[in-house]
Amino acid sequence: MNLMKVYKNTFLALILSLVLSACATQKKGDAPQMQGDVYTGTDTVKYLASGVPDRVFFATNESILTTKSRDTLRKQAAWLRKNSSINVVVEGHADERGTREYNLALGERRANAVKDYLMTYGISSNRISVISYGKERPVDSGSDPLAWSKNRRSVTVKAN
Amino acid sequence: MKKFNYLILSFILFLLPTKVYSLIEVDITRGNLNPLPIAVSPLSSDSESITSLNKKLNVKNIGLEISKVVENNLRTSGLFNPLNKDAFLQKPDIAHLKPRFEDWALIKAQALITGKVMLQNEKLRVEFRLWDVLAGKEMMALAFTTVPKNWRRVGHIITDKVYERLTGEKGYFDTRIIYVSEKGPKTQRVKKLAIMDQDGHNTKYLTLGNELVLTPRFNPTNQMVTYLSYFRNLPRVYLLDIETGIQEVVGDFPGMTFAPRFSPDGKKIIMSFAKDGNSDIYTMDLENRIVERITNHPSIDTSPSYSPDGKYITFNSDRSGYQQIYVMKNDGTNVKRVSFGKGLYGTPVWSPRGDLIAFTKLHKGKFYIGVMRKDGKGERLLTENYYQEAPSWSPNGRVLIFYRETKSNSKGEGFSAKLWSIDLTGYNERLVDTETDASDPSWSSLLSN
Repeated sequence: MNLMKVYKNTFLALILSLVLSACATQKKGDAPQMQGDVYTGTDTVKYLASGVPDRVFFATNESILTTKSRDTLRKQAAWLRKNSSINVVVEGHADERGTREYNLALGERRANAVKDYLMTYGISSNRISVISYGKERPVDSGSDPLAWSKNRRSVTVKAN
Repeated sequence: MKKFNYLILSFILFLLPTKVYSLIEVDITRGNLNPLPIAVSPLSSDSESITSLNKKLNVKNIGLEISKVVENNLRTSGLFNPLNKDAFLQKPDIAHLKPRFEDWALIKAQALITGKVMLQNEKLRVEFRLWDVLAGKEMMALAFTTVPKNWRRVGHIITDKVYERLTGEKGYFDTRIIYVSEKGPKTQRVKKLAIMDQDGHNTKYLTLGNELVLTPRFNPTNQMVTYLSYFRNLPRVYLLDIETGIQEVVGDFPGMTFAPRFSPDGKKIIMSFAKDGNSDIYTMDLENRIVERITNHPSIDTSPSYSPDGKYITFNSDRSGYQQIYVMKNDGTNVKRVSFGKGLYGTPVWSPRGDLIAFTKLHKGKFYIGVMRKDGKGERLLTENYYQEAPSWSPNGRVLIFYRETKSNSKGEGFSAKLWSIDLTGYNERLVDTETDASDPSWSSLLSN
């Protein structure tokens, strides 16, 4: 119990510090780019089709889909239903602040969280393959909380 | 792929130390603030051997160069202080026959290495002796032959023998490091498997960099390597025969396999297999190809490493909610969590002596390399940095090699990945020379014994 409390405290402290550092990176009234430590900006986002973002973002060490992520994935599912000949690869990624092997597993877990969600919206599993890159392919080279938040992501890519 | 020439060693003990007197010895269990002053005389040689070896190897003075290899090894061990050759009074050939101990004592040498190297029937014939300067006694004398192109290994073998005689423990100098060579921008790193001598020489690249490769590890005889390759964008564990260059995928898994290591007898590969978002630990027998599932848990189970007797496995799991280190029997039963300190723990790796587990720890935004006993008690953190991970043990269990990354700005400037080593004592932290940026080091066992 005591241990859990310690974890909770460090976790809260972590969130707080991330929120603070996120605030510090926002300048001149830009829209906030992080909620907790989940990236909410649009810097790196590409589009599968008009209004269909290709990626979702995760909290540190997490594979839970946020409300915003689920919204994005429902758009992807709708687009996939409309374009039934298109198959996709879901790439799972982690930030650089973890050990390489664990991050490979974490990337796989994230990609599968996305795949599972797309499947609940009627997309057949054989249209979706997953691949984990762990921390091997960051989009942002920076070593700061905002860069790490952009790198904790799953990206849906056309496979054909 | 270049063929490695394995040494055909023929040790001839021509003078065994008759009795262990209370001669000089070096204590390696503590950080050594007073490294032993040692003189490494250039190995003497005849002019004919020197000329033909210079032609063959493009090495001007082979005896001098071998002594430099020995000196560099002794210095990096942190236990010895090799003295400047300019101060040596006695000529190498005479010193090798009978040192004038007063001359060596005068320059404060406590130990002296002398030797002789000749070309005989296209073979390199090497003799060397270790002398206790203060006692005025010979401590060891050995001779062996090898092929000339192995001349650097001669230096490593001499170091191993001297280290063993003076510390009472096996050396770790005639060894290689396999690692991942890195180049290019952070977002699109090009990675190749590379192998080099422990002192950073003789680097060879084993893959071309066309696909991402990670986490290479030697088998117990150092002839095979298991690693992760993204060949055809399918991340799978591979097996590479270093001599033939033949590569094959390990098993037929319908998903990513990763984090491979050999069992201590070299017969199995243990690794993680990820399916439907869950990673568990599996083994595959390399002879009969039988696959066994070792863990079955909805959490991430990865980074498995066998105890040296093969009876236990330590691994990394987040079944408690966070990354921690566990130990289980080799059949997957009796799973016990062993890491209970503050922070996250990863990359457990069992020491060759069996008593310790080295690990990476993340706590309050810092990364540590540390060791704990196999029951998780007695945790000691050896080094703290912005980012470092993946320790690998020297074959004698006295040194850890790992990699360290530096911070970068948003353009990736300032980023580097380098190999570092540190003694189990927490002292003697050193940058390990590599031709390129480097990560994921794995230390071989001794090449000759």
